[in-house]
Amino acid sequence: MNQITELVDNSFIFTVTISVILLVGITAAMIYFVFRYSEKNNPKPDQSITGSTTLEILWTVVPVLLVLAMFFYGYEGFREMRNIPPNAMLVKVTGKMWFWHFEYENKKTSDTVLVLPAGKDVRFELQSVDVIHSFYVPAFRVKEDCVPGRTNHLWFHTSTEGVYDIECAEYCGMNHSYMLGKVKILPEKEFLEWVNKVDTVKKSDSVSAPPTGNVKTDSTNNSQVKTDSSKTTQVKTDSTKSPVKKPDSLKVNRKDSIKKNK
Amino acid sequence: MANGSLAHEVSYLKYEGKHKGIAGWLLTLDHKRIGLMYLMAILLFFFVAMTLGILMRLEMLTPGETIMRPSTYNSVFTLHGVIMVFLFIIPAIPAVFGNFMLPIQIGAKDVAFPRLNLFSWYLYIAGAILAIVSLFTGGGAADTGWTFYVPYSIRSAQNVTMTTLAAFVLGFSSIVTGLNFVVTIHRLRAPGMTWFRMPLFPWALYATSWIQVLATPIIGITLALIILERLFGIGVFDASLGGDPILYQHLFWIYSHPAVYIMIIPAMGVVSEILPTFSRKDIFGYKQIAISSLGIALIGYLVWGHHMFVSGMSDASRVVFSLLTFLVAIPTGVKIFNWVATLYKASIKFSAPLYYVLAFIFIFSIGGLTGLVLGALSTDIHVTDTYFVVGHFHYVMFGGMGIMFFATMHYWFPKVFGKMYSEKIAIIACTVIIIGFNMLYFPFFILGYMGMPRRYYDYLPQFQGWHVLSTVGSWVLVSGIVFMFGNLLYALLKGPKAPMNPWGGTTLEWKVPSPPPLENFEEIPVVTGGPYVHDKPTYIMHPGKEGLNGNGVVKTANQENAI
Ligand code: HEM
Ligand SMILES: [Cu+2]
Ligand SMILES: [Cu+2]
Repeated sequence: MNQITELVDNSFIFTVTISVILLVGITAAMIYFVFRYSEKNNPKPDQSITGSTTLEILWTVVPVLLVLAMFFYGYEGFREMRNIPPNAMLVKVTGKMWFWHFEYENKKTSDTVLVLPAGKDVRFELQSVDVIHSFYVPAFRVKEDCVPGRTNHLWFHTSTEGVYDIECAEYCGMNHSYMLGKVKILPEKEFLEWVNKVDTVKKSDSVSAPPTGNVKTDSTNNSQVKTDSSKTTQVKTDSTKSPVKKPDSLKVNRKDSIKKNK
Repeated sequence: MANGSLAHEVSYLKYEGKHKGIAGWLLTLDHKRIGLMYLMAILLFFFVAMTLGILMRLEMLTPGETIMRPSTYNSVFTLHGVIMVFLFIIPAIPAVFGNFMLPIQIGAKDVAFPRLNLFSWYLYIAGAILAIVSLFTGGGAADTGWTFYVPYSIRSAQNVTMTTLAAFVLGFSSIVTGLNFVVTIHRLRAPGMTWFRMPLFPWALYATSWIQVLATPIIGITLALIILERLFGIGVFDASLGGDPILYQHLFWIYSHPAVYIMIIPAMGVVSEILPTFSRKDIFGYKQIAISSLGIALIGYLVWGHHMFVSGMSDASRVVFSLLTFLVAIPTGVKIFNWVATLYKASIKFSAPLYYVLAFIFIFSIGGLTGLVLGALSTDIHVTDTYFVVGHFHYVMFGGMGIMFFATMHYWFPKVFGKMYSEKIAIIACTVIIIGFNMLYFPFFILGYMGMPRRYYDYLPQFQGWHVLSTVGSWVLVSGIVFMFGNLLYALLKGPKAPMNPWGGTTLEWKVPSPPPLENFEEIPVVTGGPYVHDKPTYIMHPGKEGLNGNGVVKTANQENAI
């Protein structure tokens, strides 16, 4: 089992359990009082009750202890998330409107599909060439923003083979909800075969340097979307051709069908 | 302004001063009329944004295109968020009921600066008009989300500049109102009303107003920088020009986190009014509740970083912000415990406002408790920017502040309009609202934990079941809301006349006629005890007639001057 996933889920279950107990307690007390001390059942209110120091202390101190425990649980999982194993393999992740680009240590690149070997620690360097995106793999409970102008980090352990979703979790414009991908975890041998195959995709096609100024996509000048960085382009989104046009990108078809409507 | 016998006898709704008809409203300096004008505008925007919410849910009914295209969806959630936050929830309780009730509850004839009060209403309207104009000019409705995160907000071709400007202007309206309330509370309390004899609603407004005055300028500057960045590329935030996008997030949340307390503290204030009234007994832990408002306001300044746990902020600051976030939960918890304890050994008259408050306590507790999941670092990293967060903030903002706005409308309706509504229908409507609300928003928590990101136009097939349930919930919720407003509207037109004190409330607004006369009080009352004492009178309504004024209990000079 993946350690981060386990720590996050345990911390979640701990917090939710305490929360449910508190919620049920509060709600039950409230409903009970409303019936027990209704006008009919209790015509004369007890005016002498205006507060109680003992209770105030009690219901300050107990919650403080509870939340400190929750804090600690959360912190424990976080420490694990930030504790990147020194010999983890490195993948560079670049977010670009609206697809993911991956680069391996041997310069092999891939779009949308992140192929990884099973049972390995993998470290990611996260970058963006345009706006903020967020690299999110729900199955591994990890997420970190890709912020232009800086590099963020993330790691997880690829425990079991399988295919998992990658989603962009920071709103980044029109096709934010199509900025999806897959983590494909293969047995190590298959992975090595894949990663050492000669790259057919030229890197410069997909990721270019961040353009300056107000870069907006505009219906009239589609061709400028991928032009060089010095040009200020107007990009209005609906009618733009998506920059992704790779056979292996999973979501492209869907995106295209939407575009046709306009 | 008008004086003489008329002004303290004729209802503020009927009184005719220098201006008549519509001008009598648009140029009024009366805090009650200004409060009502806010009410009209705020309800209008609430309905618009609610409709947008329904449309969003309709779009999410099925994967792929249901009723709109992605860019439309993006503008719709932006607009929904901007309207709900800046035009509804921030001004709702303070600007409407704060304006109306604050002076009456502290025994004053008006707020300290009536002209400034009217000015702030016009600022609100100006901001609203800018927001509307922004939809139809430039590149069309903004599509950045209500958070305007850079660099997207700098690069978007939509009319983000004007929408930002609208939020900027609305901020000033908020600052001016806050300033007015702080001065009013300091200077215009009736003789004998010490700080700890002040009702808890004014206490809550006091804490809120300080946040408005101190925090809002930060968002003003931040939004102004976005405009400059868009127009001139000054490069404060844009990384490609050497700026820092994270800096924007810090500035934005330094305001916007305290802003969530601008939204919720006034609502908590009304809870503390309604509970003692219908319990027929003093509130439990008056001082703790009053002080915890200030506590929340203070600690609330120090936790903004919990919105940025995945932004790439340093690990150390994430840990510190997480710890502080948990601490701010404490005063909120203390309030909830005190409210429930108030019901103990009370003599409870069950009625609509109380029912809404009970609904509030239940729903808001869920909102607060799910906040703990977001405060803990490891779990937040998983669920932040997913539907979990959307669920959480609807539970606290809508379930907290929104439902309390409904409770407030029911509680003070007889006082504001002098009419009674049907209790039975109000209670049925509230039940429908509770069911619809939970059906609509509870699935969000599950979706979020499953990994459904927010602001998604489309979704993966595994999420559909919960989305369908949620959309059906939105229909139930809206039926309840429409039913509730229908009941109030009917009461407004055809309802029976309300007595002066229909609920047996103990605070000053229940000691003046319904609706109150223009100048609220014939004479400024004298206060002799706490606000929620049920077994003996704590206000002297006619100190002059009882010879008190001659005895050295002076009407404060401020009170006279202010009017
Ligand atoms: C009347 C019923 C309502 C419905 C059906 C509704 C529905 C929604 C939906 C579907 C979203 C988009 C979630 C996402 O994809 O991120 C949303 C966002 C939001 N809602 Fe509501 N909502 C309602 C009422 C409210 C109320 C009363 C408030 C405020 C008090 C509110 C404040 C917000 C905010 C601030 C956002 C975030 C907008 C953004 O992402 O920029 N909503 N709502
Ligand atoms: Cu995105
Ligand atoms: Cu916050």
